[in-house]
Amino acid sequence: MAFLTVRDLSLGYDSHTIVDHLNFTVQAGDYLCIVGENGSGKSTLMKTLLRLQEPIGGQILIGDGLKANEIGYLPQQTVIQKDFPASVKEIVLSGCQGRCGLRPFYSKEEKQLAKESMERMGITALSSRCYRDLSGGQQQRVLLARALCATRKVLLLDEPVSGLDPKVTTEMYELIEGLNREGVTIIMISHDVAAAVRYASHILHIGDHVFFGTKEAYLNSDAGKLFLLQAKGGERA
Amino acid sequence: MIEKLVLYLQYPFVRYALIVGVLIALCSSLLGVTLVLKRFSFIGDGLSHVAFGAMAIAAVLNLSNDMLLVLPITVISAVLLLRAGQNAKIKGDAAIAMISVGALAFGYLIMNIFSTSSNLSGDVCSTLFGSTSILTLNPKEVWLCVVLSVLVVVVFVLFYNKIFAVTFDEDFAKATGTKANLYNLLIAIVIAVIIVLAMNLVGSLLISALVIFPALSAMRLFRSFKSVTVCSAVLSVVCAFSGILISILAGTPVGSTIVAVDVAVFLLCYLAGKILGGARK
Repeated sequence: MAFLTVRDLSLGYDSHTIVDHLNFTVQAGDYLCIVGENGSGKSTLMKTLLRLQEPIGGQILIGDGLKANEIGYLPQQTVIQKDFPASVKEIVLSGCQGRCGLRPFYSKEEKQLAKESMERMGITALSSRCYRDLSGGQQQRVLLARALCATRKVLLLDEPVSGLDPKVTTEMYELIEGLNREGVTIIMISHDVAAAVRYASHILHIGDHVFFGTKEAYLNSDAGKLFLLQAKGGERA
Repeated sequence: MIEKLVLYLQYPFVRYALIVGVLIALCSSLLGVTLVLKRFSFIGDGLSHVAFGAMAIAAVLNLSNDMLLVLPITVISAVLLLRAGQNAKIKGDAAIAMISVGALAFGYLIMNIFSTSSNLSGDVCSTLFGSTSILTLNPKEVWLCVVLSVLVVVVFVLFYNKIFAVTFDEDFAKATGTKANLYNLLIAIVIAVIIVLAMNLVGSLLISALVIFPALSAMRLFRSFKSVTVCSAVLSVVCAFSGILISILAGTPVGSTIVAVDVAVFLLCYLAGKILGGARK
């Protein structure tokens, strides 16, 4: 049994279907990249995997000891967050909220967990700084630390490097790769196909051509060749 | 002037007004930060109009304790407005405008048609802009206010971390197992209670000011959620306290004096934030 098994999933808003008959699995330790053109349903798939939205049809099964709320999430930044008066420590600690249930305050273990997450992301020095004063890369690290407080099993990352400069982008990818090596399963949405092919173990391509398989198989598939070619053309243009 | 103040403070009704005013200011400032950040501040405005409509019905029915009618109606509207805000099909702000203006119009209409009082425009004016009723409180009303305020503060402290999580990132909170909808509901209910409480103090048109100004002032000065919350509570209490004292000494209307002090403090905080922010960079 895999962590996540998606069977014949249909996605969309209201009754308008964007993606049909989606099938894929995610095993513990995988690094899955979800690629596709804008509007192909990547973010909708993410929301459905997080159970923020109901699928139109099909099933998402979780197994292998994974609980539904043990999926960490690195969202795209919202407008509200850009002007939010909160310290780094407060935000990272809020990642533990899911563990609390009805308990009103954080326990010692949870505070320790938040501290370790901040250390792992190299942001301990920033812990009392205000979130909105940080750079884009630092903000992403804060949100990643928060996601690590919620779970050490699966992380869903929604365009984690959008808006970051090339140097910080590389650092971010290396950080994520490091987490994957430590055993964290990564599911990442990206439109950076070159990076997806470099770092991921599996690729899910949605859009006109749907493809799911290992990175090696993707590079040899028609969908992959076409998309890579387009992406390269886009970079040149 | 001090002697005059000491003289006034000997009267129980002045002490009641101060107690109630400070408690209401404290409660209303607590959730202000959340409301401003969640872009919910207009809900407070909408609800206060609903509360006005409910108040009008209570006045017509000649209820001895209008709280019994106004509180449930406002709470129900809060829940409905929140639902409307989450519904993508009807735009949240349009739904709020509909409900709030409708309630305002019906309230005035009902008061006009079934008027039992001889001074109608005086009644309406005092419901909208706050009245001297804060100076005519009896001990029972003071106790009711104390109990509700303590309840609001306790709920806020117990759910502080959850309110923070839901305010900062609702999607993340939901995805990791926090019942965000439940806490949104809780926030809406608490807001409704606060608004009904605050109607006595500043009237239904000025309530939003009491909720929003301390939070905005505090956000100019502080940079963590906890310090912003504490600062806005302190500012709100200080403003309400001095506002009531000024209004007693100068004979000005209580509600608008408090709001005027709030506005002045906001301007000060804005300037201080500019200067400090410039120095920091």
